[in-house]
Amino acid sequence: MMKAHKGDLTMAGEALNKSDLSIAQRLWRVHWLFVLVLIATASVGFAMLYSAANGSFDPWAARQMMRFGVGIGIMLLVAMTNLRVWLKYSYAFYAVTLLLLGAVELGGTIGMGAQRWIDLGVINLQPSELMKVAMVLALSRYFHSGNIEDIGRPTFLLTPLFLVAAPTALVLRQPDLGTALMLVIGSGAIFFAAGVRIWKFVVLLVMGLASAPIGWQFLRDYQKQRVLTFLNPENDPLGSGYHIIQSKIALGSGGLFGKGFMQGSQSHLSFLPEKQTDFIFTMLAEEFGLVGGLGLLGLYVLILAYGFTISLNCRNHFGRLVGMGVTTTFFLYVFINIAMVMGLIPVVGVPLPLISYGGTAMMTLLLGFGLLLSVHINRDESIGRRGAADDF
Amino acid sequence: MHRDSERHKLFSRRTAMLAGGKAVLLSALVGRMYYLQVVESDKYKTLADENRINFRLLAPPRGRIVDRFGVPMADNQQNYRVVLIPEQTGDVEETLRRLGRIISIRKGEKKHILREVRRKRSFVPVTLRENLNWEDVARIEVNTPDLPGVMIDVGQSRFYPFAIETSHVLGYVAAVSEGETKGDPLLELPGFRIGKSGIEKIYDLALRGSSGSSQVEVNAYGRVIRELNRSEGQPGTRLQLTLDSGLQQMASKRLGEESGSIVVMDVHSGGVLAMVSTPGFDPNAFNKGLSSDEWNALISNDKSPLINKSIGGHYAPGSTFKMVVALAALEKGVITAESEVFCSGKTELGNATFHCWKKGGHGIVNLNAGIAQSCDVYFYEIARRTGIERIAAMARRLGLGARLGLDLPGEKGGLIPSDKWKRGAIGAPWQKGETLLAGIGQGYVLTTPLQLAVMTARIVNGGVAVTPHLTRDIVTKNGITKREQEPARDIGLIPAHLALIRDAMDTVVNVPGGTAFGARIISPDFRMGGKTGTAQVRRISKQERENRVLKNSELPWKERDHALFVGYAPVDAPRYSIAVIVEHGGGGSQVAAPIGRDVLEEAQRRNAARPGEDIPLEKALETKIIPLSGDDESTQG
Repeated sequence: MMKAHKGDLTMAGEALNKSDLSIAQRLWRVHWLFVLVLIATASVGFAMLYSAANGSFDPWAARQMMRFGVGIGIMLLVAMTNLRVWLKYSYAFYAVTLLLLGAVELGGTIGMGAQRWIDLGVINLQPSELMKVAMVLALSRYFHSGNIEDIGRPTFLLTPLFLVAAPTALVLRQPDLGTALMLVIGSGAIFFAAGVRIWKFVVLLVMGLASAPIGWQFLRDYQKQRVLTFLNPENDPLGSGYHIIQSKIALGSGGLFGKGFMQGSQSHLSFLPEKQTDFIFTMLAEEFGLVGGLGLLGLYVLILAYGFTISLNCRNHFGRLVGMGVTTTFFLYVFINIAMVMGLIPVVGVPLPLISYGGTAMMTLLLGFGLLLSVHINRDESIGRRGAADDF
Repeated sequence: MHRDSERHKLFSRRTAMLAGGKAVLLSALVGRMYYLQVVESDKYKTLADENRINFRLLAPPRGRIVDRFGVPMADNQQNYRVVLIPEQTGDVEETLRRLGRIISIRKGEKKHILREVRRKRSFVPVTLRENLNWEDVARIEVNTPDLPGVMIDVGQSRFYPFAIETSHVLGYVAAVSEGETKGDPLLELPGFRIGKSGIEKIYDLALRGSSGSSQVEVNAYGRVIRELNRSEGQPGTRLQLTLDSGLQQMASKRLGEESGSIVVMDVHSGGVLAMVSTPGFDPNAFNKGLSSDEWNALISNDKSPLINKSIGGHYAPGSTFKMVVALAALEKGVITAESEVFCSGKTELGNATFHCWKKGGHGIVNLNAGIAQSCDVYFYEIARRTGIERIAAMARRLGLGARLGLDLPGEKGGLIPSDKWKRGAIGAPWQKGETLLAGIGQGYVLTTPLQLAVMTARIVNGGVAVTPHLTRDIVTKNGITKREQEPARDIGLIPAHLALIRDAMDTVVNVPGGTAFGARIISPDFRMGGKTGTAQVRRISKQERENRVLKNSELPWKERDHALFVGYAPVDAPRYSIAVIVEHGGGGSQVAAPIGRDVLEEAQRRNAARPGEDIPLEKALETKIIPLSGDDESTQG
């Protein structure tokens, strides 16, 4: 903390020095314990995917392991990159992602009734997922550049509000309620952590609630249906409420210790929808019971705790905000998915992080965790308010 | 850097708040998990099992029905049917079109199938056609690649090897109709059959057995994954009848195209050996389901093929009633064997004239001649002397005028009139002339063939009140008990009187001049006794009587006389009694007596007392012990 009190010039000098960390030093500073927890969590996912396929690595577990391997590699690459580089290119990254998101509107392939993919030939890119990271970077850079007085000025907040509103609107158009929700709440957390007055949130919230009836008009029928079904799932037991009811039955019947690995009757007899993706937590809780569910939740809490610690221990504001943003995004994945499968919130298509089958969310997460690790590696670095612009 | 420190402090504070918020939300998740997995766990476990486990009823095999020697009369046969599982089919109409090239599917049938497909869930098989023959099964099997979702399924269906020949006694089984589905859950099984008439109906509960159940694990779509538990049901009770299938078949063929009935029974035990009613129907067709054309043909047939005439047909007994009158007269003491009556061909009472069947009259007639030649005037006279009440009482003691309690649905009671009955039913007092008519078994008197067989049995067995039955054992819902030897309930007839009557019945058949002499059994061991009857169904007008009474052959079928014969054999030690009626067949001696002779001779040749043992259906069919109905049409002589 002492170093933070030194003058601007010295800070810049030190920062330059710090950025000269050798590869070996960087590797040494990687939070390996955190990486281990990630691997442990993902392994739980592999086991569940193995069970979902009735005891086979095909078609899910093997591919998921491969993806995770590649993902970990990318994560470490990102971690090795100097945080200043991320600071420098954060707006550009955001702009490109926003453009891609716009392109989805025009050229996206139809999938699951919603346009979410760009076919790059080799991989399918999902800009809305990428946007979760880009948004964290852009907002962190913006708030990094402002001082406490700036934060108090409402006009200062207009730019970041626009940064949030533009992609959210595009994502909503797709339409992807879950991602929009995560973008808004994730950004809100950064606003909050940056020090925006609480009453301003209250005002926004009230305005939001007031305009909810208008927003309702813009929801697609299936989205409206999901909200209505959430409010009373038993009303329509064979329609949209079926998934939630079956999920609750699976969870509840798992009891304290579960039915045993690969013994979940609800999951294996197809009562459970999408057991390898959105409802994989239900399957875990059915087969391993409350104990298993809490175990996974424990791993998640460990990851969150590391995220918070890394953010709090970072000496530069950008790193702090990035760490905070990544951690919050991760938390939102966890909470929205688990709350959804337990019938606490409407069914929104959000996967369970590191567990659900699927590549895009995993890439987003590991990209985010790469940034988090980079924040950890560069935790002692001070970056001026004008950040990268000063140094390069 | 003071500012950054402030910013950091603010960040730390806000982060702590965020962390707190997240902790609260995560606690909510934990709380919800605890609620679902611990507090409500039992409820959800039950729901999961309900999801997962289906109970399926297993239909027990229906009890087989065998004759007194163990020959199968109703059995279960493998039934190949073609079913369609809509979810595996895709385009149902296209598949049906293709199947239609292999087995023809009528338009109405197709409509019915499509309706079934829409009504049921897509994994529930819909039956397209039952009772396929081997050729069709093979052709469908070969074409399965072109027929997605079409499968051959094996079930059991009821098969009656004697078909039409046993149709009325055994009855038939058919699909449960809507009003009948109460009580037993078995009844709701698709394709389940219950007894609708005859033995199949009256012993339905025993034959049905009790259902087994299979507990199966199903997936979300209801598809069976595996069987968890299975309890076999109790198969239906095997029923052994008193019938002799061979005699039944012979008797049925002997009646041929005629509309009529034959009942043969054991005069000591009351066991019915044959009970034929013609024309019959094909019970196997009922099992498959009749088309409306077939049904209408049965309903509109003048000869009532659906009615069991043996127990449900009411006939004036005609001269076969004369033994009753004679016994009543003897008992009252108004005649003796030697009492003589002069027959001039007619007798007069008040201003009414009663004719004898023989226009010129029989001259002087005693009891033996009166019965042997069936003199009407003799019986007018002794009936007049005896009075209707004594005649009616005797008729009832011999088993007429009330239901006998045979174990078969649809038994009628007949009618033995009396003054009291007439006042109640018609509202007029009894007339003397009506006694005379009753004396020759005409007028109000009505009997069923079964009653006539019982009457004959009671006369020739020494006055023991045998009651008829069709099963060797007593069958109830709870099981089977051996039928006890009928306690010999004596109906109080004087043996000397019975001997006189038996003697007269012997004369009828075996002495020249007797009405059935032409139909006697030549073989000395098998000789029979009996009594012919010809029951008038129309009124002969005075004018017709004065000109010439029309012969039966000159009359439309419906107006011809009924031909009757009751008999027993062997004549010296009676064991079998028989009643034959041929509706509108003409004279009893020409038409009914020869049939009675042939059947009684066959009954004695077959010997109901010989031992037998159960024969499996397959063997019975293979060894051709049972010619399938329709194999050879008996020619009617």
